Amino acid sequence: MMDRPATSPATGFMLNGVAVQAAPRPGERLSETLRGRMLSTDVKIGCNAGDCGICTVLVDGDPVCACLMPAHRVQGRAVETPAGLARVDPWARRLARSFQAEGAAQCGICIPGMIVSAVALLRADPRPDEPRVMDALGGVLCRCTGYRKIVDAVMRAHLHEDHGGPLAEGDGHTGAAIERLDGAAKVMATERFGDDVAPPDALAMRVIRSPHDHAAFEFGDLEGFVAVHPGIETVLTARDIPGENSVGVIPGFLDQPVLAETVARFRGEAVAALIGTADALRDAVLPVIWTPRAAVTTPRAAMAPDAPQLHPDRPGNVMCRGYVSCGDAEAALARADVVVEGRFSTACVEHAYLEPEAGYARAVGDRIELRNSTQAPGMDREMIARVTGLPLDRVRVQPTAVGGGFGSKLDVTIEPLLALAVQKTGKTVRGVFERTESMQSTSKRHPSDITMRIGAKADGRLCGFVFDGTFNTGAYSSWGPTVATRAPIHASGPYAVADYTARSVGVFTNGPNAGAFRGFGVPQTAIAQEALFDTLADRLGHDRLAFRILNALENGVPTVTGQVFSQGVGIRRCLTALQPAWDRLRAQTRDFNAAHDRVKRGVGVASCWYGCGNTALSNPSTFRAGIRADGRVVLHQGAMDIGQGANTVIAQIFARALGVPVSTIELVGPDTDVTPDAGKTSASRQTFISGNAARIAGETLRRRVLARMNAGPDTRLRFGDGAVHGSEGALAHRIALDDLPAGALGYVFEAVATYDPPTTPLDENGQGAAYAQFGYAAQLAMVEVDLALATTRVLHVTAAHDVGHAINPLLVEGQVHGGVAQGLGMALMEEYVPHRTENLHDYLIPTIGDVPPIDVLLIEEPDAHGPYGAKGLGEHALIPTAPAILNAIHDACGARVTQTPATPARLRAALAGGADG
Amino acid sequence: MGYHAPYRLNDALTVLAGGGPVAVVAGGTDHYPALGDAPEPAVVLDLTRIEGLRGITRAADGGWRIGATTTWTDIAVADLPPAFAGLQQAARMIGGVQIQNAGTIGGNLCNASPAADGVPPLLALDARVTLAGPDGTRDVPLAGFVTGARQTARRPGELVTQIALPAPPNDLRGAFCKLGARRYLVISIAMVAACIARDAHGRITDARVAVGACSAVAQRLTALEQALIGQHAGAPEMPAHAFDGLAPIDDIRADAAYRRAAVAEACGRAIRAAGSA
Repeated sequence: MMDRPATSPATGFMLNGVAVQAAPRPGERLSETLRGRMLSTDVKIGCNAGDCGICTVLVDGDPVCACLMPAHRVQGRAVETPAGLARVDPWARRLARSFQAEGAAQCGICIPGMIVSAVALLRADPRPDEPRVMDALGGVLCRCTGYRKIVDAVMRAHLHEDHGGPLAEGDGHTGAAIERLDGAAKVMATERFGDDVAPPDALAMRVIRSPHDHAAFEFGDLEGFVAVHPGIETVLTARDIPGENSVGVIPGFLDQPVLAETVARFRGEAVAALIGTADALRDAVLPVIWTPRAAVTTPRAAMAPDAPQLHPDRPGNVMCRGYVSCGDAEAALARADVVVEGRFSTACVEHAYLEPEAGYARAVGDRIELRNSTQAPGMDREMIARVTGLPLDRVRVQPTAVGGGFGSKLDVTIEPLLALAVQKTGKTVRGVFERTESMQSTSKRHPSDITMRIGAKADGRLCGFVFDGTFNTGAYSSWGPTVATRAPIHASGPYAVADYTARSVGVFTNGPNAGAFRGFGVPQTAIAQEALFDTLADRLGHDRLAFRILNALENGVPTVTGQVFSQGVGIRRCLTALQPAWDRLRAQTRDFNAAHDRVKRGVGVASCWYGCGNTALSNPSTFRAGIRADGRVVLHQGAMDIGQGANTVIAQIFARALGVPVSTIELVGPDTDVTPDAGKTSASRQTFISGNAARIAGETLRRRVLARMNAGPDTRLRFGDGAVHGSEGALAHRIALDDLPAGALGYVFEAVATYDPPTTPLDENGQGAAYAQFGYAAQLAMVEVDLALATTRVLHVTAAHDVGHAINPLLVEGQVHGGVAQGLGMALMEEYVPHRTENLHDYLIPTIGDVPPIDVLLIEEPDAHGPYGAKGLGEHALIPTAPAILNAIHDACGARVTQTPATPARLRAALAGGADG
Repeated sequence: MGYHAPYRLNDALTVLAGGGPVAVVAGGTDHYPALGDAPEPAVVLDLTRIEGLRGITRAADGGWRIGATTTWTDIAVADLPPAFAGLQQAARMIGGVQIQNAGTIGGNLCNASPAADGVPPLLALDARVTLAGPDGTRDVPLAGFVTGARQTARRPGELVTQIALPAPPNDLRGAFCKLGARRYLVISIAMVAACIARDAHGRITDARVAVGACSAVAQRLTALEQALIGQHAGAPEMPAHAFDGLAPIDDIRADAAYRRAAVAEACGRAIRAAGSA
């Protein structure tokens, strides 16, 4: 009966215990059927190729990738999806509790696939050991968490009940390791991401992209094309753009067309977008005539005298330069006792969040409303207004949950295209990028080519430091200027360097835009600087950790931009905290190596600093909070939570400021209509800057309530039942709220507060107060190198992070774990190459078996500017990992890999080239 | 037009003979990634419901038959002789659990990737491939079935129905060694399958070594096998010329020089592992 061709295409199966019928196309993927026809958007799609596993469902109890299974194959079978399991399956419910308790979900996009895979495991083995958990979950990728908490959550699932919520957690103020406030939806698979919110009848979009690195193009007859393709509504090209056809993020560098006009400057650049029904878009082939041109893909080629010029107003293909200088670096090097020099290059790195760019837009009256997955709703709105020519107040951006960002979702990608499609058709339009087009077309980490010369005196003190860095910024600027600016400020590392010259240049090439990626160029410079510090320490005969502690920056010592912090400099405490692990692991490693010839272990250390917030620029956050007449406290939480935890951390800060339990606060999310702009989720600025704005909003609200009550500052407040209750010792206060006049948003008390960190512009030598605060970290990695195969396994990481004040220690650990995993990938395996690694099969990110146990040491050196002393953390978690691993490899086998990633082939070449001891 | 999931092999062959392109799908783990976002083919032939095509059986002559739609999980959990240990290790290293639950051994052979994990262990077990077509069935050695990168001897109108393995000697032991840059979801830089038998003194009496991802088609290293006979299984010497038949390439995963060096090391490890099992 199954052998029924197209005449009877329906297929019947059990979906989460209910008999259903569907009529998929022949060969349609089960994932598409479940999401598109059965509206099971709990099944996530990350790659459509079986590489990421986030679409895992159970078919007759066995985990499979729904994207690799023909829908017709489930005829007569039982399909269980993440949300279905979360509703009824005892193991899925225990897992949900356990994932929340361990902080195992960050952005949450992979969690459905993780939990489904874990359900299959736990049904067979309720108390699995770590290797079994890894084997069972090894087919699902996660980019946020570093996996360790996921492993813990699966191993401990049997300890949890299959019902109920979190245990009572007290006030949940800052310092409390409370569960993620927005976590329940993530672990129950009800969270809605960018592709989960469009109405079913929305039109779809397919973007036409350049297959060439550099090519001129012409369209054939577009009107004729639309005429013969019923179901295709329109073709968007550059000619349809009423406003400016240029977007970007840095004033003066808005140079990327939404749709290229006559020339595509990188493979994957958008030239047109088809708008229509999904069925019509699938088969259509737009007539485009391509004329490939010579491409320059490296800065060296792009800076050659006769190189093709990407942008007429940027001679020599130079985007911009950065410069920082203090003291006299060359003179210092001349008087140094030891000078070391090295050249290092790092690969192009892809963000590889598992949720591709997605969203939908619609017309509402004379406005355009967009829902999307973003790190920067305010900038999205500005860019849409710019491109459509609409005034700002006719654009609304209301983000969905974000399935990972790491910097790339700061830039607009799909957003202007959706808005233009709505503007042209008047209809609702949805879009989602395929994995390959996401990888081809969105921003990357800058490939770098770095030279450093560093000197030291015989006593170990640094003496002279020169840095030159060339950053390949791709075809358009994106955040390239930020990288060019940040790199020279940070290249010294968190050390006292009195004589310093640092030069950077960003160069256009015919490659994908390099832009913002966790660290903005600092991870690249740290690889060079920390490697050379090891060489310096070795030459001087100093212990490598002691050398760093000796040179660590301190309160009162100027940074390389001449900024003097009188407080808050925590790097020495971070480094010192590593000493016990350093001593123990170095001793273990010596013993191990004495007993082993074929594998060798090594320990490496590296540190980082990172200035929180924009460099020497205003970057305010504004927060609104209010109290409704019924007594409910509402916080408009505009800081985009991309998995890092702003929804929780900012609420904890606000709750402390107002003096109420965090559980009583109702959050209104980012929405450009009702929630003030909290700026971008970038540059480790949300805890610091948005946290301060939320703190001030809470304090202001509290002050107003207390004033109305005529109560003292220590009064305990309780909101509810249409009143505010205050208790001040034996004294009781009460304000009835329904008597008070309510404002436009229904608040009887309201506070709006802004915080902008104090910085000063930098002078022509890069001198000035670049950041109001830095965060600091030092990490130690232990690796094992297989000498014959030149493979590297990271065995352990100890990460000491100065976060000032850990607002939520559970989330801090999660950030560190995730940063370490990304740093590990950067060190050992990640390399984006157009044409070659444009999918998650060939582009390797760490799997669950690659991330070692991580000890997180929390250092709390309070910062005077931070909310309750807190500092930013996001970027810091990644920066020291790659240099620590590379230093550990060198320690293990004597080979110095100067080109990342340190693949087995590169390490073998370095080993063959002669260990330098 | 349409989706065909016949129960009988003859019905499947009829669909295939119908003229026009037919997408033959077993596990789907290669079909869908290759399809990408292109439109699905008009005619899809799903082999997974064909009776008798899935499972592992012992033949009357002591040999083994693995049906074409047998999944990697089926192979990994089957009770098989120790000579098959390399095949079972390979099965556990293919993709993740999701891929192992869907991907089939027949599909792995027909897809004919130079990095197909199933091929070296099957070569080491002297596998033969059975094809059914309109004119009946035929049987070809695996080494002759995979003719090039993404090329096989399967003719239009034919389907692979099973892999036939002769009864291995009782003392033969298998092992598999796969090199990649990460722990799971590894795309092989190189891989080696070895089957080794040894005498009471630990000397090698039977050796089969096959290498994948170092040439367009995985291959047996017959010169190495001959050189191994009589050597101690714990410390085999491998003459350099034993690897002459390989033609490793530079690609994003590794350069040829690395592959050449690493494959010799991996051979040694697989041989020692099989020889000590």
